[in-house]
Amino acid sequence: MTKMIKGKFIDNLPKIYGIYTGGFLGFIILMAIAESAGMSAKLIGICFVAFTVGIYALIGYLSRTLQLDAYYVAGRQVPTVFNGMATAADWMSGASFVAMAGGIYFKGYGYMALLVGWTGGYVLVASLLAPYLRKFGCYTVPDFIGTRYGGNLARVSAVIVLTVASFTYVTAQINATGTIASVALDIPFGIAVYIGLASILICSMLGGMRAVTWTQVAQYIVLIIAYLIPVFWISNKMGAGFFPHFMLADEVARIAELESQFGLGTVKNSAADLATVPKGLAGITKAHSSVNATPWAFISLAVCMMAGTASLPHVMMRYFTTPSVKSARRSVGWSLFFIFLLYSSAPMLATLSKLSLMDPNLATGIIGKSISEVQALDWYQNWNQANLMFVSDFNGNGTLDLNEFFMGGKAVVLATPEIAGLPYVISGLVAAGGMAAAMSTADGLVLAIANALSHDLYYKIIDPKAETAKRLIVARVLLFIIGFAGASIAALEIQGILGSVIWAFDFAMSGLFFPLVLGVWWKRANAPGAVAGMLLGLASGTAYLIWVRNGGAGFWGVTQLTFGIVGSLVSLVSMVVVSLMTKAPDAATQRMVDEVRIPSGRTVLGKQH
Amino acid sequence: MSKQAKHWEKTRGLLFVTLAIWFVFSIGIFFFGAEMEASSFRPLGYPLSYYMTCQGSLGIFVILIFWFANRQEKIDEEFGYTEREDD
Repeated sequence: MTKMIKGKFIDNLPKIYGIYTGGFLGFIILMAIAESAGMSAKLIGICFVAFTVGIYALIGYLSRTLQLDAYYVAGRQVPTVFNGMATAADWMSGASFVAMAGGIYFKGYGYMALLVGWTGGYVLVASLLAPYLRKFGCYTVPDFIGTRYGGNLARVSAVIVLTVASFTYVTAQINATGTIASVALDIPFGIAVYIGLASILICSMLGGMRAVTWTQVAQYIVLIIAYLIPVFWISNKMGAGFFPHFMLADEVARIAELESQFGLGTVKNSAADLATVPKGLAGITKAHSSVNATPWAFISLAVCMMAGTASLPHVMMRYFTTPSVKSARRSVGWSLFFIFLLYSSAPMLATLSKLSLMDPNLATGIIGKSISEVQALDWYQNWNQANLMFVSDFNGNGTLDLNEFFMGGKAVVLATPEIAGLPYVISGLVAAGGMAAAMSTADGLVLAIANALSHDLYYKIIDPKAETAKRLIVARVLLFIIGFAGASIAALEIQGILGSVIWAFDFAMSGLFFPLVLGVWWKRANAPGAVAGMLLGLASGTAYLIWVRNGGAGFWGVTQLTFGIVGSLVSLVSMVVVSLMTKAPDAATQRMVDEVRIPSGRTVLGKQH
Repeated sequence: MSKQAKHWEKTRGLLFVTLAIWFVFSIGIFFFGAEMEASSFRPLGYPLSYYMTCQGSLGIFVILIFWFANRQEKIDEEFGYTEREDD
């Protein structure tokens, strides 16, 4: 029966998601009417989060399955454009939605390397990996490594790298869902984290990849609407231009003018003053648009993000779900197109948000106003209570100076609608969008880890005779355990959202980039080489990170955000050296690589394996 | 040279061209951040360095992937390696 519904479902996708989008827009209008009728801000926030999460849960429930290829690769029938949307949601996490514009807001040009890196990586995905791994027909990334190189050791090494990278990433996403749920529902962060976890699990447990695919498409629609509406609205309200992306040149120039007027970089806060600022908040200390990073600092960060993109298993496995190699390739283009829509808007949001705060000519500007006036603002009090905003009259002149304003990076996107004086319905919408972004990525990540453990570790190594039903139960139990572990660590708040995400990219790049790429492009690569590449790469990257974190000086200007450069270089060298010192792969493996390089014909691994 | 070897040679050629374009817009131009900022060429009025990081390079990557996919499909077709529709 499910099969019949599924067939119909695939044909009707544009219609189904069209109705869904219309319904969501209708819901926004309904909320706007309710707000003008006097519905409280708190209730609007709750409605937005509850309504959207409820829909994802419903989709997750309707997509439940008892079939292996549906659970692991959504039955390999996700159409090209829809897979692009699902990948975009899978990819754009709480870091992209909530934290990235904040990073750009505070660090300017130096952090815009993230925009270049997180998009440029898709060129590598499309040209080096995705079509070939699709042709391979694997369920998971370690499945490719294990079959291409042969042997359990290679498979286990890949599982280790995957788990380290994805787990680092998923704690950040659960942190983001917790932050949003705690602000929108007004509950403590420690509890909100587990509410976020519960919603993530509902979406993925019953239907695996199939359920995650269709919820991710729904989440993409919510998050892109939630990101674009405020950008366009603020821009129009401010009179900056009806299409901000093409029209903010004057605003960018105006910020630079205000920066020098307010003494950016010349007025420094004393250490004693800074000690009174709550932990995790940052001041505006870097120029907005001018080049404020050395070429190497910019390029090294971009390179790490690009190589990391091509090595992150939760992204790669999305391309296993397309019907053909050709559609896997095109699907990468669509993914990047949908990502581009949000990424090209992030700097515009940062610009508009900063200008509405800084410009004394605007009604919303607070710099230069008296401290007591700012402290009396409603939105200031809300965000100050959430420990995400802080002002203090360090120099005692009674007015707020630029160096006396502090905000949490993750608050920039969430608080901007309020700062710019938009109705609360937009804040509720943004909260729902941030929740969608963080949940969709967490779904993909938790599934990637659980699938690797259940398929590669349990089925391929521990119990190869296990029946389908048992394999699916193990997969679900693991999903639950991993999600719970992620939430427990997220509740400790060890590292900020953006920082953990950048680390995840470095881990993935250190251990997996070269073993994956050379597996397709270098026939001579063999199992001992790949194992050396994965384990030494991961170990050296991690060692470098720990060294720099504990006050080590580092070398070549490689920081704790770019340690993947060290890890992947060690990985490349050790993989090539060990491969050449040991026996060439046998004829069967060489034939397998040949087979992977042409799109037509059967996949290397069978439909069910 | 076998048919498959020729197909792979062409595929590799396309890869090198694609990666060369990718390199220029993801790494190459950012060696010259300061020069781009000072440039009098300002797309839509933005400083060139700012424009490339927030729209220019990103848009080029999108176009590059679709261009690459089209070229690769042509190569596959030429050698008869296109997948059947029902595969």
